[in-house]
Amino acid sequence: MSTSSPTPAIVADGLVMHFGDVHALQGVSFDVPSGSVLGLLGPNGAGKTTAVRILTTILRPTRGRAEVAGIDVVAHPNDVRRRIGLAGQYAAVDENLTGRENLTLVGRLNHLATGDARRRAAELLEQFHLSDAANRPVRTYSGGMRRRLDLAAALVTHPPVLLLDEPTTGLDPASRQDLWDVIGTLVSDGTTVLLTTQYLEEADRLADRIVVIDHGLVVAEGTAAQLKSRLGETTVVLSFHDPAAAADAVGALVDFGASRPVGEQVVVHLPLRGGAGTVRDALNLLHDRSIDVGRIDLHEPTLDDVFISLTGSSAS
Amino acid sequence: MTASSTATAPTFAPPPGTADGGILWAVRDTLAMTGRNLTAMRRVPQVLVFSLVQPVIFVFMFRYVFGGAIQIPGRSYVDYLMPGIFAQTVSFGAINTAVGLAEDKGTGLLERLRSLPMSRAAVLGGRVLADTLRNTVIVVLMVLIGLLVGFRTHTNLLAVLAGIGVLVFFGVALASIFVFIGLSVTNGEAAQAAAFPLLAPLTFASSAFVDPATMPDWLEWWARRQPLSKTTEAVRALMLGGPTAGPVTASIVWSLAILAVMSPLAIAKYRRA
Repeated sequence: MSTSSPTPAIVADGLVMHFGDVHALQGVSFDVPSGSVLGLLGPNGAGKTTAVRILTTILRPTRGRAEVAGIDVVAHPNDVRRRIGLAGQYAAVDENLTGRENLTLVGRLNHLATGDARRRAAELLEQFHLSDAANRPVRTYSGGMRRRLDLAAALVTHPPVLLLDEPTTGLDPASRQDLWDVIGTLVSDGTTVLLTTQYLEEADRLADRIVVIDHGLVVAEGTAAQLKSRLGETTVVLSFHDPAAAADAVGALVDFGASRPVGEQVVVHLPLRGGAGTVRDALNLLHDRSIDVGRIDLHEPTLDDVFISLTGSSAS
Repeated sequence: MTASSTATAPTFAPPPGTADGGILWAVRDTLAMTGRNLTAMRRVPQVLVFSLVQPVIFVFMFRYVFGGAIQIPGRSYVDYLMPGIFAQTVSFGAINTAVGLAEDKGTGLLERLRSLPMSRAAVLGGRVLADTLRNTVIVVLMVLIGLLVGFRTHTNLLAVLAGIGVLVFFGVALASIFVFIGLSVTNGEAAQAAAFPLLAPLTFASSAFVDPATMPDWLEWWARRQPLSKTTEAVRALMLGGPTAGPVTASIVWSLAILAVMSPLAIAKYRRA
């Protein structure tokens, strides 16, 4: 029972990063247990990429300390670099080289012997379904193929720790699904992953734990289920033809918890507490009172709602 | 507590076969990056072609359009012109260093390279080495084009080769300026735009195309002393004859001075880019 906890694969301890007057990180701490997946969730400009750049030794933090694979990123950057893979938004491949040349180059720059670098490149091209395109310049690749190659480049040395900065931003749904499957496989093989994302669904799907950051601060952390319970519920959005009807409807549905959002004249929000029955009962009641409903929409909690509820400001 | 906690503790050992450190690795990394840059150049042959088109246009313009109106005492104008064209060619060639680095920065490739356990010097070294090789090829081609339009060397092969050496070294010095420019902007177009205001006074307010004696005094003062003029004069001396020690020393001192000032700035810029 009393096993000493293993070294976390990633530790961020009070990371502060200032770029002149811009305070990108204002004291961010989290850790990622070995073999687990942490989702770093936040809007654009929250500081996600800055955190990744510090953890991958690209930036030195203004203050604070970070360890990756048990090694201090500032004191021993090269030892960290030998144990990590970086992919995503800001990691990249060379447009003019072929897929094979890109992977071989990364292997050589990781100081694999030339033959080993070539073998590993072929292996990864196969694994990522890029063998057919292996000898074409990357500029002929689709967006999804590029991201797969980019991820493959991060895996050349089988690094125990993987940092993925918005790995699926800008991808179509099929390519996104494809990449999620690949990341899922890596995780099941024991790789520790830190993943930044703007998509709650992505964090939900891949991450064991989620850290939400905004304006350079951690605003929440927990499992996907814990965070979702803070998001509130699905809302039925009823639109009416005129403000008077909307006002009547709020009065009629007061027992359902109906409310009019601030600044809206003809819209009423109805929390979907009792499932589909709630909608039936509410519509029946409005029908009985001869209040015409113009339009009905369902609103699922979004990342925007997380930020509104956690920070009071909009994500976008 | 749970089944997963019985898994073996992670060791975080570095991946096997990835040895570390040493000057040998810095050399290997630099050569790997040089190879990458040369491959990329081969994939976009238009860039090499356009690197030649511009100086060839200048050769035709000055040799056949303006040349008849320009008198150079004691020398045919084409002999006077070509060393200036060579110096202009290596100068404009240095723009490619800025464009290449700016593109690598813009696409995020530099970020990836900085996350690898490779030599920090290899990215810049590989860039400058590849561009220097390309510059050498272009200068040799321009010498051949010069021969086609009537340019004649009046010394020996060794001196001509020394002239090419002086030009290429000047190109390396300029590359250190363009590394800094390339890392200061975020895309290739911006690098290109930033280069012209620097290169125009260097190439035209010089002794490359006309005798500075014909310029107003203030401009003549600059045109006689600046590095591109000194390099042009060194190449004239080495390829056409005349005292070589003065201009060759002046060109090399200029190139060394530019390197001494710009290399540390370029490296510091790379560390912060």
